[in-house]
Amino acid sequence: MQINPTYFTLLSALLFSIGMLGIFLNRRSIIIILMSIELLLLSVNINLVAFSAFHQNLTGQVFTMFVLTVAAAEAAIGLAILVVFFRNKGSIRVEDTQQLKG
Amino acid sequence: MNLFFFLFSAIIVLSAIAVISSRNPVHSVLFLILAFVNAAGIFVLAGAEFLAMILLIVYVGAVAVLFLFVVMMLNINLEEIKFQVKKYFFSGLFVGLILLAELFFSFSNLDLIRNKNVMVTNSKNLTNTHQIGSIIYTEYFFVFQLSGCILLVAMIGAIVLTLRKRPGVLRQTVSKQIDRKKEDSIEIIKFKNNNAN
Repeated sequence: MQINPTYFTLLSALLFSIGMLGIFLNRRSIIIILMSIELLLLSVNINLVAFSAFHQNLTGQVFTMFVLTVAAAEAAIGLAILVVFFRNKGSIRVEDTQQLKG
Repeated sequence: MNLFFFLFSAIIVLSAIAVISSRNPVHSVLFLILAFVNAAGIFVLAGAEFLAMILLIVYVGAVAVLFLFVVMMLNINLEEIKFQVKKYFFSGLFVGLILLAELFFSFSNLDLIRNKNVMVTNSKNLTNTHQIGSIIYTEYFFVFQLSGCILLVAMIGAIVLTLRKRPGVLRQTVSKQIDRKKEDSIEIIKFKNNNAN
């Protein structure tokens, strides 16, 4: 199985840029921003797995597991905060999160 | 193999674009699931079968379903979120394109990876799961325990955040129940039985 590792890194760069664009572009709902964060973490995982296969070193895959753990925890906490926010404000638009402004 | 790689990566990129650009959040979640399934295919191509299965189970099975639950529970009206797209479009696109150009430049100039190929050879004749298990329970044992702690904290935090007490609902008072003694609640009455033989 011969795949040029540059392809993996270019795919990961593309995916990272799309996720970043999603965060910048999406002012509509927080939930799309959470999904964009998941895309960013996925691109990081693809990079780690590609370099792990390239170096024949399993540390990258172990680290990918920890990234997956943190991503799952982050999704759970983020969605819980989102539910509480929707319960208090009645919408999930990003512009409505202005209560902390001094 | 290259054909499969390009197929999977094309589907990943297209569905990622669909995630950030579709109007309906439910469609976004479904495209996110598609992206994760194809990323699992990419992982299999790179020789990480265990991580591919973990990705399917954790993401498609748990996180994406959690997203779907929340999206459907929140009941967002679609008419309200249709505007406000154009306002940040050009600045966001600018930042994204600059990031993409930088990443492409740095990755395509990486001398380390330019001339070689990814070699997925299983030298020790063990499965990927076996190898990960042999490394994760020895070298990374404490980090592994720490990730378990992270999951525990996340679970407790999610429960504490979304728990709410409604008035007018009868609920169990645990301390009262524990404080209850046998002497308080049971009364033994002895009565004479006159007809006893």
